Amino acid sequence: MRDETSLNPPVSIQDGHGGIEKKLTGIPRRSQLALLVAPSALWLIILLVLPLITMIGLSFQKSAFGPDSEVFTFASYLNFWQNSAYQSLLGKSLWISLVVAGLSILLAYPVAYFLAFHAGDKQSLFLNIMIIPAWTSFLLRVLAWRLILGSNGLINTFLMWLGVIQEPISGLFYSVNAVIITLVYIWIPFAALPIYVALLRIEPGLLEAASDLGAKPWQGFFKVTLPLSIPGILAAFLYVFIPTVGEYVTPALVGGPNGLMIGNIIWDQFMRGLDWPMGATLSLVVMLIVLLPLVFMAKAAQQTGLFGGKSE
Amino acid sequence: MNKPQTSIFGSVYFVLMAIFLYLPIFILIVFSFNDSTVLAFPLKGFTLDWYRQLGNARELLISARNSVWVGVLSSLLAVLMGSLAAIAMTKRHMPGRNIFLSLASVPLVMPSIVLGVAVLVFFRKVLGLELNMWLIAAAHVLISIPSTILIVMARLADFSANLEEAAMDLGANYWMTLIKVTLPISFPALVAAFLTAFTTSFDEYAMTTLITGTDTTLPVYLYSLLRFPRRLPVAVAMGSIIMIVSAVLVVLAEWLRRWGTARIPKEERV
Repeated sequence: MRDETSLNPPVSIQDGHGGIEKKLTGIPRRSQLALLVAPSALWLIILLVLPLITMIGLSFQKSAFGPDSEVFTFASYLNFWQNSAYQSLLGKSLWISLVVAGLSILLAYPVAYFLAFHAGDKQSLFLNIMIIPAWTSFLLRVLAWRLILGSNGLINTFLMWLGVIQEPISGLFYSVNAVIITLVYIWIPFAALPIYVALLRIEPGLLEAASDLGAKPWQGFFKVTLPLSIPGILAAFLYVFIPTVGEYVTPALVGGPNGLMIGNIIWDQFMRGLDWPMGATLSLVVMLIVLLPLVFMAKAAQQTGLFGGKSE
Repeated sequence: MNKPQTSIFGSVYFVLMAIFLYLPIFILIVFSFNDSTVLAFPLKGFTLDWYRQLGNARELLISARNSVWVGVLSSLLAVLMGSLAAIAMTKRHMPGRNIFLSLASVPLVMPSIVLGVAVLVFFRKVLGLELNMWLIAAAHVLISIPSTILIVMARLADFSANLEEAAMDLGANYWMTLIKVTLPISFPALVAAFLTAFTTSFDEYAMTTLITGTDTTLPVYLYSLLRFPRRLPVAVAMGSIIMIVSAVLVVLAEWLRRWGTARIPKEERV
């Protein structure tokens, strides 16, 4: 809210006790605002808050159904603590998410840089060109990567036709690599957007000043542009990292047994294994892991004014 | 930096990236014309069979119709609720503003599987309801509320207060101001928000599959087809059509958003 203090609002709007509006509509201002927010607030409570509370409750149950569902237990949490399979799977998911986020940012940065500084009047056209693939069917794009990476896929067929290889490359499909390649492909446009926005916000004068003071272009980049685009990089990291941690569709489609992630186990608990309390526990662990960096970054942003000093 | 310099590296990189981003989509479209039931190289020959068979693929069409129904219903509700909330959020001294905004952005940052599982447990186990399309639509409203609020808020942020105050000073009451001033101003944003919500809903798989009962949506049906590869080419043909349509929708939404913001000189060149 840029104009928060620029104008003195009329008394009737500020006093909060109704004033002119109350006379005209009979509803005090606070209630009017409450009426506006009520539908979405109700929706958020019924479909988000209550379900999450239910999940927390479920994670302490011995079983989801039957008489055992009355028993309060820490069994699921103990199970998670003691079972190294869960932990290594969680570790692997985090590692995959970090790699995917890092690669997406690395590959997207030059695109964002080009769009922000070198695209000229074609900026919005190029921007659209980059975004459109991101809006086409997620499932079909992952399916397309099966066609590219598979043993009868584009890459193997092409390389065998060239005579470079005789057999299909084994590490390509149904592997962690396939998951990483596919997810990086999916996320590049999403990573480029916040970086692009951050780069647009940089005052052109700053770079001119740097070059006037004798900085070479690469010095200007590393001392001015890159530090100032950090908010965009962090936002891009969150955009990619958060959904990737809980991802289970891509691993199921291109990952094979070695490329499974924690999301696949959660899915199994609910849709196959029927150990719902364990599934709930794992979901909560994933949620915590996702929320921690978010809260941390929000705090850092508030203290340092990193995201444009948006303090309210 | 008044005139943008050309950058050879940048241009080449952008072209390569565009090829990378479009290649998989291009491959799918190519396969929708491939004369073979197996989705694998080498390509066999050209055919329009898969597009012809679309008319007879009953389950596919039903799931597509379901998806449209869910998409339209959930997007309309999300836009309605989200824009009302956005109007409240742009008011001065809105009590509890930050708390509400934090809560409303949670669906944006929550992994789909956690959301899906939580909704599944709550509705199935606590409320004991059957899974149906209404629930899917309701869940899609939830994931579209954050983007709707943000899009409409961005549109209203710069001028709504002053214009609304002017209207009220001239004697319009609150609801009249809402209908005569706020709504027309935010119309482009409402359309953009609707299209964004619709594309999100139409493509949502990860959460939807967890709360799907007997009626499926298109992505859920497509996924189930992966186990019956023979019917996959027809699905790819339909997917190609959907890709083209959603690309058009995205361009339309973007164009509307620009057309909307272009009329606010203040927002240009920020």
